[in-house]
Amino acid sequence: MSKQTTVDRAELKRRREATQAHARAWGPGFFVKLILIALVDALGLYGLWMAWQTGSTAIAVIMAVLLAVVNWVYFSKRALPAKYLVPGMIFLLIFQIYVMLNTVFVSFTNYGDRHLGTKEDAIAAIVRNSQLLDLSQPTRDITLLSKGGAYYLAYVNDAGEAVVGGQDQPFAKDDAAQVAGGVVTEVPGYEVKREADFEGMGGSLPTKPVENLKVPLADDPEAGSLKVMATDFAKGQVYKPGVTYDEQTDSLIDNSDLAAGVVIYKANNQTGQFEHNGDRYPRGGGWKVTIGFKNYVKLFTDPSISMTFGKVFLWTVVFAFLSVATTFFFGLLLALAFNSERIRGQKIYRVLMILPYAFPGFMAALLFKNLLNRDYGVINNVILGWIPGFEGIDWLNGSTLMAQFTVIMVNLWLGYPYMFLVCTGALQSIPGDILESARVDGAGPVKRFTKITLPLLFVSVAPLLISSFAFNFNNFNLIYFLTGGGPVPPGGSADDPGGTDIMISMVYKLAGVGENPDYGLATALSIVIFLVVGLIAVYSFRKTRSLEDVM
Amino acid sequence: MTDAELTDNGLPAAGGAAETPPPPRTAADRAKASRRAWWREVGWRHIVAVVVSLYAIFPLVFVINMAVDPNAGLASQSLFQNFSLQNFRDLFASRPFGQQLLNTLIVGGVTAIGTVLMGAAAAYAFSRFRFEGRRFTLTFLLVVQMFPQLLAFVAIFLLVQSLGEVFPVLGMNHLSTVIAIYLGGALGVNTFLMYGFFNTVPISLDEAAKLDGATHAQIYWTIILRMVSPVLAVVGLLSFISSFSEFVIARLVLTDPEKWTLAVSLYDLVGNDRNPYWGMFAAGAVISALPVLLLFLFLQRYIVSGLTAGAVKG
Repeated sequence: MSKQTTVDRAELKRRREATQAHARAWGPGFFVKLILIALVDALGLYGLWMAWQTGSTAIAVIMAVLLAVVNWVYFSKRALPAKYLVPGMIFLLIFQIYVMLNTVFVSFTNYGDRHLGTKEDAIAAIVRNSQLLDLSQPTRDITLLSKGGAYYLAYVNDAGEAVVGGQDQPFAKDDAAQVAGGVVTEVPGYEVKREADFEGMGGSLPTKPVENLKVPLADDPEAGSLKVMATDFAKGQVYKPGVTYDEQTDSLIDNSDLAAGVVIYKANNQTGQFEHNGDRYPRGGGWKVTIGFKNYVKLFTDPSISMTFGKVFLWTVVFAFLSVATTFFFGLLLALAFNSERIRGQKIYRVLMILPYAFPGFMAALLFKNLLNRDYGVINNVILGWIPGFEGIDWLNGSTLMAQFTVIMVNLWLGYPYMFLVCTGALQSIPGDILESARVDGAGPVKRFTKITLPLLFVSVAPLLISSFAFNFNNFNLIYFLTGGGPVPPGGSADDPGGTDIMISMVYKLAGVGENPDYGLATALSIVIFLVVGLIAVYSFRKTRSLEDVM
Repeated sequence: MTDAELTDNGLPAAGGAAETPPPPRTAADRAKASRRAWWREVGWRHIVAVVVSLYAIFPLVFVINMAVDPNAGLASQSLFQNFSLQNFRDLFASRPFGQQLLNTLIVGGVTAIGTVLMGAAAAYAFSRFRFEGRRFTLTFLLVVQMFPQLLAFVAIFLLVQSLGEVFPVLGMNHLSTVIAIYLGGALGVNTFLMYGFFNTVPISLDEAAKLDGATHAQIYWTIILRMVSPVLAVVGLLSFISSFSEFVIARLVLTDPEKWTLAVSLYDLVGNDRNPYWGMFAAGAVISALPVLLLFLFLQRYIVSGLTAGAVKG
């Protein structure tokens, strides 16, 4: 170190002499800075303008503030530390702090697959999707047309005009259409399709695009729309919205079920859906509203969630703790065993032993999923296959306990090299003279190990153990790739939280896959995870006094 | 490290080896005694080393076998019985795997460089300047780093949707979006590791340079960064690996197979339990593990010092 210091000082002296001719503020560094800031400003102004154009006022304001801050920081003489902090801070603010805050915000809403947008969107979608055959209107003689892969309909309306229209494109008069006997026979630019054209396309006549084709009669959705009859492509029937929205009473009037008669679904602005006697309107979604702490309450009290949540929470803690404990002790034992240069080939051993650390974790998890497969996995077939009478162990999909054991074992393979490296480094940094003086004082090897080596080792690796705990607490890739959270409880689907799901993979299942993603509930769970990990970490960092060193 | 130091570390296993044994009588006795001493001292360590090495490499041996044996994926009974490159050909025929490998290297490389630059700058500020709010910012970073970005993936999705309207390159299906998101986590995770290491560089060095007329930027770029290069290598490597392995955000943002990273692509091959393509997966895993393994071996000597420095502080 000291040698390098003198070298650096000598070089600095040379450098100083070389640069002293220039005024300090106008060196090449200044121009590099100028160019970089100019680039950032250009990008920022472009973004500002675009944000303004697209009406994203919030983004525009944030951009303006950021630009002002960046320019002030880099041209002011006062904000020295900020010059080094700003680049990272900007990314941190946008992609970490902002999304965290927004996560908190979402966790207080019912945002989810069923509650995506505004109330207006929800009503429009419900009215559009509800349809009821309008028996008061005659069946029309229609002509099916196609253009550019899409289908269109044409017919002669009551006024004797030939009209053409398509999906979400109301019928409009087409003067060029040719009519014979009250039926449109040809429309320039379109190809006429007859039932015969669909034969040989997999047997059944009505193909999906035709089946779903619904042409509005007019711009007003109340006017209804024309659909092709499934049994006869030359006939069309008029469908009207089965549901209408009544603004006065803020409710849906549902006509679509003839047997049940008219049902009125009243808008509930607390839950963000239309309800009748407590049942939500079944054929459409609701809208996004703020629901306060309901997601959190649900997590802890709703019997369908809170049981699973409790189990998952417990397993998450156990998993993270055991992962750290097993990898640490195995790594420590190895470090103790190999902390000696008398072993020939130590370098080769070390490279081989830390290979699992260098092999990307997600690939290892997927690989072990194959190796541990009950039927074709290598572990059952080759490594244990020679044992007479061995029938194979269902490592991953049998009992929950077995799957949990397997997960810990796989994580041991993935994690011990890190602990091995860390413990080796820590052992080597323990000053020899302390141990030597203990030996002189008559402490035996066991006593020296337990009273000096181990405590000193713990002090230096404790922060890493805490980080490792926090990492494993959220070790999504291992769980999701190895077991997918399974084994699934009897009668459950793969989307339900299973025996090895940890909290973060449960969040993913709640929000990502299942049938009805509930983002509100998922984000509430995210916040709970954050609080738990944050509290544990802050508490233990305080304990290990690493914070005091920092300050 | 010498023998004396070995026992000084208080290894129980080597217990008493350094205490002088009773003087052996004959040459044969002496040879026997020294052999026993060798076993007690060194020999058993070789056995442990071989066993652990086998434990470490067996999955890797099997994945290579699975990659070169087209029959191995679903019924590996034997090792290296067949050799063919069929899995590799299938892999490249079934998906733009070369492009996906390149995507992953771009994402990992740019993220690693950006993380090192931004993290080192922040660590320098915390280590060398005393400013208002320093203590708060450090504690704040410590807490923020506990919040993995993938927990916020719903909010990230919403953010990407609205950012994409303003900056198309920060919208859906762009590698740059994923990089920007990963860089958002750069400060939280790595500042502490670097901060500890920066503190080990004596501040007298800066002061001497300052006296010689160096600016803070010169001190940072020409002195400090050179002194902390091991930790820069480690942070770069760790950041490369973590963005290399990241799945949730990559899958959320990158929808087009041409834009996928390896994690998304390899999961796509075997994530479906009904029809997993293990052979192609193994071929892809062998190819994609190579850059990481090489980087690792190349930077190996930095890793131990870098990993422990953050906690041990030299």
